[in-house]
Amino acid sequence: MSSSKRKNLTPVQQQYQDFARAREPQRPIAINCVRAFIVGGIICTIGQGLQLFFITYFNFDEKTAGDPTVAVLILISVILTSLGLYDHIAQWGGAGSAVPVTGFANTITSASLDHKSEGFVLGVGGNMFKIAGPVIVFGVFSAFIVAIVKVIITSLGGM
Amino acid sequence: MLQGHQTWVFQSKPTIIGSAAIGGPFEAQGNLADDFDLLHGDIWLGQDSYEQAEKKLLEQACETAIKKAGLKQEDVQFFLSGDLINQIIPSSFTARTLAVPYLGIYGACSSSMEGLALASLIIDSGFAQNALVGTSSHNAAAEKQYRYPTEYGAQKPPTAQWTVTGAGAAVIAKQGKGPRVAASTIGRVVDMGLSDPFNMGAAMAPAAVDTIEAHFRDLNICPSYYDLITTGDLGKVGHRIAGDLLTKHGLSIPVEKLTDCGILMYKEDQPVFAGASGCACVATTTFGHLLNRMRRGELNRILVIATGALLSPMSYQQKETIPCVAHAVAIEM
Repeated sequence: MSSSKRKNLTPVQQQYQDFARAREPQRPIAINCVRAFIVGGIICTIGQGLQLFFITYFNFDEKTAGDPTVAVLILISVILTSLGLYDHIAQWGGAGSAVPVTGFANTITSASLDHKSEGFVLGVGGNMFKIAGPVIVFGVFSAFIVAIVKVIITSLGGM
Repeated sequence: MLQGHQTWVFQSKPTIIGSAAIGGPFEAQGNLADDFDLLHGDIWLGQDSYEQAEKKLLEQACETAIKKAGLKQEDVQFFLSGDLINQIIPSSFTARTLAVPYLGIYGACSSSMEGLALASLIIDSGFAQNALVGTSSHNAAAEKQYRYPTEYGAQKPPTAQWTVTGAGAAVIAKQGKGPRVAASTIGRVVDMGLSDPFNMGAAMAPAAVDTIEAHFRDLNICPSYYDLITTGDLGKVGHRIAGDLLTKHGLSIPVEKLTDCGILMYKEDQPVFAGASGCACVATTTFGHLLNRMRRGELNRILVIATGALLSPMSYQQKETIPCVAHAVAIEM
């Protein structure tokens, strides 16, 4: 807990939280990192394999092969989510399965499935970007800021 | 009759004449499978939504409890119920089906013992001959409402708990055969400043300890009076903290006597992190497993302390801490 948050606590609360923390199992960070590396690595290797496949057997070059690769990864992820398998990979792999594009596809699919009972418009439509929405909003926003910074630097004669 | 600060002693000792526990597929693989009246293989229960499935669980629990009590639906005088869904719809919709006078209650996972205490109060004071209490929870419905489910791709920490899919109900009456409600301690809300919804055990443990201490202080008895003292859904983490906290406060309860419904529910190899939680955790364990053991004569006096975390998804996002409450009910054979 951050020190500013801790300041708002009474001494009794602080004392209890120390007492409790000594008795809580910690997140196994080292193991989680290794697992994230393995799962993330496997997903990226599959992606790399797909890219090579599209370059070798279809009329794609290194730049254009990205689109079909991502599309196939998303499709695989959506199928795994729909079969109820992706959450098991996510619990085991942690960040390794959350960070790649497959994690993004999973959040949209699972939120859609969860809220299907509230109808297609307000349920699926209104909730499918529950987790993915903020990622898009802040992703686009930070890209915009970076682009402006780049424009300013180039117009000032840099780069 | 009020004794001490916050404990009700029921002179007439209202009797639990019938009780039932209904569970889902995960509970069927658990430790207490034999004590459920009905176990479902599908979390949807053939319904269109998780919320409707939860209502179905509660309806079945009520129906079974009424039947086991030897009553008919129209004989029930009052129905008290609570659950975790917004505006307690499974409870209210079940009350619609039952069509009996109804009081909806909310104490998060402490609802079952809150209901049992209030029902006993109604019977003991002579305002009714019988009353039905019920509570339910549904893993997927609770995850959807409260948390950031693993299905969305987030990894849960080892302190997280698994919400029980199930429902428990009991019929309390002035006369009859069965375990009897002797006393009840109504808890204060305790907030130790914890705000992590993935660590409910640590947040709720102080509330449980506060109520346990109040119970023994008010009644002037010691833990050896009971054969079993069980907290609601603290899980492994909260159970350990509560035990150590009680020892620290000078109220030692022997290890074999103090347990937790969240630990009893599932088997060691089930992937439930720190243990079970949810309204149905303490409800199904008490109204199924524990009352069955009492009826078999294995236990004579038990104290059940149901713990509830009174947070909402909004309060969590607004960075509020988690206030918790615990209500204790003493049941004797």
